[in-house]
Amino acid sequence: MSNVPAELKYTKSHEWVAVDGDSVTIGISDHAQDLLGDMVFIELPEVGTTFSAGDECAVVESVKAASDVYSPVAGEVTEVNENLVDSPETVNSDPYQAGWLFKMKLADAGQLDGLLDADAYSGVAADDAH
Amino acid sequence: MGKQTPLYDKHVVMGAKMVDFGGWEMPLRYGSQIDEHHQVRNDAGMFDVSHMSVVDFTGPDTRAFFRKLFANNVDRLSTPGKALYTCMLNEAGGVLDDLIVYYMDENWFRVVFNAATHDKDLAWVTEQVKPFDVEITEPSNVSMIAVQGPNAREKVCSVYDDPIRSTIAELAPFTGVQMGELFVSRTGYTGEDGFEIILPDSQVNDLWRSLYGVGVKPIGLGARDSLRLEAGMNLYGSDMDETTSPLESGLGWTVARDPEDRDFIGREALEKLRSDGVTKKFVGLILEEKGVLRNHQKIFVNGLESGEITSGGFSPTLGKSIAFARVSKETGGTCKVEIRGKQVTATVVKLPFVRNGKAVQH
Repeated sequence: MSNVPAELKYTKSHEWVAVDGDSVTIGISDHAQDLLGDMVFIELPEVGTTFSAGDECAVVESVKAASDVYSPVAGEVTEVNENLVDSPETVNSDPYQAGWLFKMKLADAGQLDGLLDADAYSGVAADDAH
Repeated sequence: MGKQTPLYDKHVVMGAKMVDFGGWEMPLRYGSQIDEHHQVRNDAGMFDVSHMSVVDFTGPDTRAFFRKLFANNVDRLSTPGKALYTCMLNEAGGVLDDLIVYYMDENWFRVVFNAATHDKDLAWVTEQVKPFDVEITEPSNVSMIAVQGPNAREKVCSVYDDPIRSTIAELAPFTGVQMGELFVSRTGYTGEDGFEIILPDSQVNDLWRSLYGVGVKPIGLGARDSLRLEAGMNLYGSDMDETTSPLESGLGWTVARDPEDRDFIGREALEKLRSDGVTKKFVGLILEEKGVLRNHQKIFVNGLESGEITSGGFSPTLGKSIAFARVSKETGGTCKVEIRGKQVTATVVKLPFVRNGKAVQH
């Protein structure tokens, strides 16, 4: 069974969100990295770009396939994880810490309520595995 | 549910992600696909290839039948056990399958066909064989393991006793030998040295366990694909099929034109294609920028569409993305590949990308 930290929020499309005031950090779940396999290339958004919830905002490419990452909430990109350019495999080895993708300044804190908690996401991941 | 090989339970116990491949449930990877790739390049790995179809052709007309059936010439085979890689073509010169044929003796040739084309291949050969005195039999209840890598031969030898051990230790490249129920050939699909072993289903789990015990790691279809891609080996269904000729698929070298009077199926169509002029060629691409080349991405030269990628992926040995592409004949130097709406630059190279475990300098 994949790791689903209780303190994070999730989307059905397998992104995770860590909330710190009006700043959010976004990555892909352990379940998602496990499904995709070894990462070989991560295309990150540019700092300053604004996204609406559900926008395609990044691409993670594994040995198997290219997969879009969707912005879980609306906001402006404030920082991207430059380490992933040369070490995309960090997303496999440490999806919730060193493998974060980018940070955003939240446009609407109310959108966080629409995200899944760890229990709900575990259910999504389990359904997905069958 | 797809068909399962006798090693299915082993794969599941070893944590493999199983995928459908030509109607079979096969292991994609057990852990990291890239680690599995390096394991084969640097040491030894084993693949369950029991889904492949082993077919024996026996009878006095077998050689004559194969002269007609295959684009390569079985008359190149005169030493018992010797293997030949060939395409089997339709009348239009399209590739029905690519395969290895072993010359066992004058009345017995063995063929290993692809898994996904099994039914089509058997229907074709059954039809074509009619005028010939040849019997076609599929050995039932046999499995197949490929063991590949620089240490593969030594490790396989270590799990057998004499006389099998000394026989396979001396086996020449691209040669097979039958010893009782065991068939061993020095062949593979990775560009590395190694063996492919055909044996009764009842013995395959023991062999898998013995090989694992001497440090041969299980390798999935994912790494099998990146290994063959680096080695410049075609995959049927991706790089060529019934609608493409071997001449546009990098397989012209497998078509034996001499002697001129050998009337193999597809010959007339290929000769016509040659005289009309082959407009496409098959090349390697190396992506110099970040990104991954994938099947069916379009190739552009000077703004004009030149062709498309037939197999693409990431090369763990090069640390870059590589691909095979079918492109217009003039393509050379560099070209553009369209990835998600953006054009990136790739270098056009000769195949293979990797030889004897090392990157080929282009």
